[in-house]
Amino acid sequence: MENDIIEINVEKELVSAKGRINLHVKATLKQGELFVVFGDSGAGKTTLLRIIAGLTMPDKGYIKMGNRVWLNTESGINLPVQHRNIGFMFQEYALFPNMTVFENIRFAQKKKEKHAAGELIEKFGLSEFSNRKPGKLSGGQMQRVALARALACKPDFLLLDEPLSALDARTRTLLQDEVLKAHDNHLTTTFLVSHDLTEVFRLAQRVLKLENGQISAIGRPEELFIDNHISGKVQITGNVVKIEKFDTFYLLTIVTGMNQILKVTAFQNDVENLHEGDQIIVFSKAFNPIILKV
Amino acid sequence: MDHEFFITLWITFKLASLTTLILLFIGMPFSYLLAYSDFRLKPVVEALVSMPLVLPPSVMGYYILVAYSPRYWFGDMLDRIFNVRLAFSFEGILIASVIFSLPFMIQPLQNGLRALPNQIREASYTLGKSRTVTFFHVLLPNIRPSIITALALTFAHSIGEFGMILMVGGNMPGETRVASVAIYDEIQSLNLDAANKYAMVLFAVSFIILVFIYSINRKHDTWKMI
Repeated sequence: MENDIIEINVEKELVSAKGRINLHVKATLKQGELFVVFGDSGAGKTTLLRIIAGLTMPDKGYIKMGNRVWLNTESGINLPVQHRNIGFMFQEYALFPNMTVFENIRFAQKKKEKHAAGELIEKFGLSEFSNRKPGKLSGGQMQRVALARALACKPDFLLLDEPLSALDARTRTLLQDEVLKAHDNHLTTTFLVSHDLTEVFRLAQRVLKLENGQISAIGRPEELFIDNHISGKVQITGNVVKIEKFDTFYLLTIVTGMNQILKVTAFQNDVENLHEGDQIIVFSKAFNPIILKV
Repeated sequence: MDHEFFITLWITFKLASLTTLILLFIGMPFSYLLAYSDFRLKPVVEALVSMPLVLPPSVMGYYILVAYSPRYWFGDMLDRIFNVRLAFSFEGILIASVIFSLPFMIQPLQNGLRALPNQIREASYTLGKSRTVTFFHVLLPNIRPSIITALALTFAHSIGEFGMILMVGGNMPGETRVASVAIYDEIQSLNLDAANKYAMVLFAVSFIILVFIYSINRKHDTWKMI
């Protein structure tokens, strides 16, 4: 259906730590999906999100959501942020310091739904500190409030800028669940910026890979990061924290996204080009595990 | 004597209060504009706003008197259309006082707004709130110390103005004779007792206002005051 399509074609010159980068994103996407924008720092991910939101003007650009044109620099169309019906979650939370958690969320809601603030607060587990101001909250609590607030206005589009980067693993997983739930319940088109591979695999329906300001690939996580002709029954993503050499083989110590530690054997050709700190995927075909219920 | 004393003080505080009130209404949109817009003539505008800080009050008083004079187009227009002569009147010194205290209202507000993280404003826009709603519900409540500083400084500064008020107002008892001018007058007449009374009141009021500002801002960095 024509109404379901998102067309984006924007260009902006960025100055980053790596020098001048020309951000040029051209994509046709389907509404209702959860997209993860993936790439290194400085690749232009945040800028892209801000352009979609209407907070940053591109040098040249065209954005069409369904049958509404949001931006057309050539014909001078620029729908203001306020009218795009988006929920934006900033990397630094941007909670309103003069309002309590409850007031922050109520401020987000449109007039007729004031009672729903309480419901949202319960859903996100914010009840015990709903009367506190942001100054008295921990980083994880603030991030939860920021996410709840972004969802409170029932947006058609959800834009999340590295929303979970500063959290511990447990809170991170909890909030990932919330993002998934929110998306599944309302089929809100979601753009989430992340450079964490585990998160990509967990959340993305489709990945937009940004390299040096251009989209180098769009696809499902498995398509982008794994060789297609390999079928692994078990796949684990994680970081290599130690590479130990023994006589004829290597022992890799890996920490997974769930903070579990694995030790895996590997051979010379596996560890070529591998360094401590690298992100890897471990998968296995013939696999007979022993399962124990705790 | 006492009657005169209180009338003088009444005029002084009336002048300061009205100046502060008028400047609050002018200052809010102005400081918003200066904090968030960028236009080519901005340095010129900012310089004009800051002029009262560096110009000798006598220079400003001179230009204002010239402007008020019916021989100049502005004074002429006022005289012919409204039958109003501003020189040596309360309205005249009120306008002069507003111009003179402009930077004391605008600069704290402008700096307060600029110190707010930009994302707070953007977050409000993403929630669908207009610029006006954002200004009154998000921005202003978060620059409360700056607002209090601006109000208190403007008030205190208006009380303290001497040279320009004397030139433009002319020291008319009951009309334009404010406390700072009255002190000068009383000293000239060798009524040191009376001068002392005025001086003490002015000193006490100014001091209390400053203590007030610093107490409010104790939780924040006081060097960010102006």
